[in-house]
Amino acid sequence: MTITTTENPTYKLELASSPHVHSRWNTKQAMWLVVIALIPAVISAVIFFGIYQLLVIAVAVGFAVGTEAAIKTIRKRKVTITDGSGIITGLLLALILPPNFNLAFTALGSIVAIGLGKEIFGGIGYNIFNPALVGRAFLQAAFPVPMTTWTNPNFSQVDAVTTATPLSAFKFDSVATELSSMFIGNIGGSLGETSAIAVMLGGIFLIAIGVVNYRVPAAMLIGAILFGGVFWMIDPIAYPNPLFHLLAGGFLFGLFFMATDWVTSPMTPKGMWIYGLGISLVLIIIRLFGGLPEGVMYAILFMNAFVPLINRYTRPRVFGEVK
Amino acid sequence: MKLFKSIKTFRGGVHPAELKELSESCEFEIMPNPKQVIIPLSQHLGKPAKALVKKGDVVKAGQIIAEQDGYISVPIHSPVSGKVTKISNEISASGFPKESILISADESNELELQPSLNLDWVTPEEIQERVKWAGIVGQGGAAFPTFVKITPQPDKKIDAVILNGCECEPYLTRDYRYMLEKTEEVVDGLRLIMRSLGVQKGAIGIEDNKPKAIKKLKEVTAKYDNITVEILETKYPQGAEKMLIKAVLDREVPPGKLPLDVGVVIQNIGTAVAIFDAVVKGEPQITAAMTVSGYGIKEPKNVIVRVGTPLADVIEYCDGVKDDAIKVVVGGPMMGVAQFDFAAPVMKATSGLLVLTAKEENLHEETPCLRCGKCIDVCPLGLVPSKLARYSQLDRLEDAEGLDITVCMECGTCTYTCPANIPLVQWIRLGKQRVLAMQRERKSA
Repeated sequence: MTITTTENPTYKLELASSPHVHSRWNTKQAMWLVVIALIPAVISAVIFFGIYQLLVIAVAVGFAVGTEAAIKTIRKRKVTITDGSGIITGLLLALILPPNFNLAFTALGSIVAIGLGKEIFGGIGYNIFNPALVGRAFLQAAFPVPMTTWTNPNFSQVDAVTTATPLSAFKFDSVATELSSMFIGNIGGSLGETSAIAVMLGGIFLIAIGVVNYRVPAAMLIGAILFGGVFWMIDPIAYPNPLFHLLAGGFLFGLFFMATDWVTSPMTPKGMWIYGLGISLVLIIIRLFGGLPEGVMYAILFMNAFVPLINRYTRPRVFGEVK
Repeated sequence: MKLFKSIKTFRGGVHPAELKELSESCEFEIMPNPKQVIIPLSQHLGKPAKALVKKGDVVKAGQIIAEQDGYISVPIHSPVSGKVTKISNEISASGFPKESILISADESNELELQPSLNLDWVTPEEIQERVKWAGIVGQGGAAFPTFVKITPQPDKKIDAVILNGCECEPYLTRDYRYMLEKTEEVVDGLRLIMRSLGVQKGAIGIEDNKPKAIKKLKEVTAKYDNITVEILETKYPQGAEKMLIKAVLDREVPPGKLPLDVGVVIQNIGTAVAIFDAVVKGEPQITAAMTVSGYGIKEPKNVIVRVGTPLADVIEYCDGVKDDAIKVVVGGPMMGVAQFDFAAPVMKATSGLLVLTAKEENLHEETPCLRCGKCIDVCPLGLVPSKLARYSQLDRLEDAEGLDITVCMECGTCTYTCPANIPLVQWIRLGKQRVLAMQRERKSA
């Protein structure tokens, strides 16, 4: 490039208004980081429930991405599957299914998750409910029996084909599961949810690099300890201790990977706290008093519906303004 | 994680790659006079100066060639000796043509100076008179006439003067070099401002990424017990007036108000040096100290150039641009103005000239808003940028007004952060101007 003036332009300069530099953040990169953060959960699924689970994951991801591509093509929109968000939806859905789940049902779940959970609203950024949870809610309603049939994990001492989850064992049989097994993941439950350590590894990674804001997880944690703790103190025999709530079922997985979904969680700092606390409150109510042993999915979907309202009423204080 | 960092700062903000290393160790170089200068009559906020010369006039360096017109205005001095060749509309770094005096410089380099005033005996009135004569404008970017800011107003009680040594914009190292090379002048400039305003308390706010400058400033200010060096967190926009006052004094300037309203006057490091030069050396403001940097320039430098020097000459002095340069910016990368060519002149308040490459810009494709809330987290003024930008896009001006769009200072922190690469501040800027126009209309109706 040579230096010239207006009379003799021989170059082309970019013109745009400031700022002229941009952070390292972009949508695609953030999505792929979430995929990376899910790898420990995928590994734990394979360790505890066998290599077949990879097939479930592949079907879920394949149909999620395929559905997105198909709908975008039908709507004559740009196909955006490379942004990684469809892959995440498929991955998340697979990881919250029971082990050895029927592949046809899995595919159906993915189609509903993307179609009804995301694309019907206009695609990435516009959906109200977490797509993976929409998919799972559909499967729960359509196939209640396979959705609650829990395969015994590989290293279980019990010689049986199926098992109970710690939550259902507690709710229906008043049996408390050992916390150490729940920490490692050698328990009955959904593919990626059983191993607290694997889930935390990915979740803490996301918070550390800044993809996920700490507020929603922190609020959920405080909420579960607070609300769970109140009931436990009232009656320690009828109600489980708060630590059990944290490690049981899909709490940690929901906390790190579902409730923190950018699109379906609040944008404001105060809103994030309210949302996180709300999820835990609804969750504890469902777990302790509802007909179902687990309630993470419904708690998050329920609070998703309040997000626009929360955003509206939790505007930060404008600098210098006295309220 | 900065959870337990106790260093002074404000809420929000970002920390872009500093990239000061490109030029921070380069001592100021004085660039030879250009062959021709272009002097816009409006280099400051307020009414443009009124030309006193006409085509063919012979002028000396330091001679007033345009006089102050109205209270918020400053005179302009000829930066070179030579002959007025033309008075016409010329392109300026703002992108708009401005009425300018063109002077072709001769070889002689005589400079008309005023008598030196004694630093210890000079009165407030003398300081104000001299600063007004010297045509000094704020070096922080807005180019507000400095004498106005250092003249006490009867209805505003000022109790503190803060020198802004943050230089929070990436790349720029001009203020840093000033603090290193002209530490005494910086501190004396601050003392002159304090005396002019009759203020006892002075502070120099500086980010913690400039340890050498902090050390020198502390040495020089040690003998004055009413001047402190305040070390602040390195974070953009730490140097914004409101953020700086919050960090140093923990006072908040209310929306629509000025630092004056909370008893503070802020001056830039470069302005303090200019005040010192005017009072002690009798020099008018005819030079601009600036950083020339960016990966697109062959030799980054800190240079002192005559006001009116075409940007092309400055770039040539720095060995020209590289082949992969794609953008030329006057000012910093966060708030500077992109240029469409190199014809515009350096002005009194020009602090930087950046030549950027695609790698530094780091632009990606714009995607839909993912409502991640990062823009809200980083906005130092507590606004909701994603919504403001959306309302601006949809032309919902009343809604934007209701969310305080006019409070935005356009620091660009939101756009910098946005993972979806939405040009948030650009939309907000547009919306803000339209809301302001709407408000003016409402007022006049």
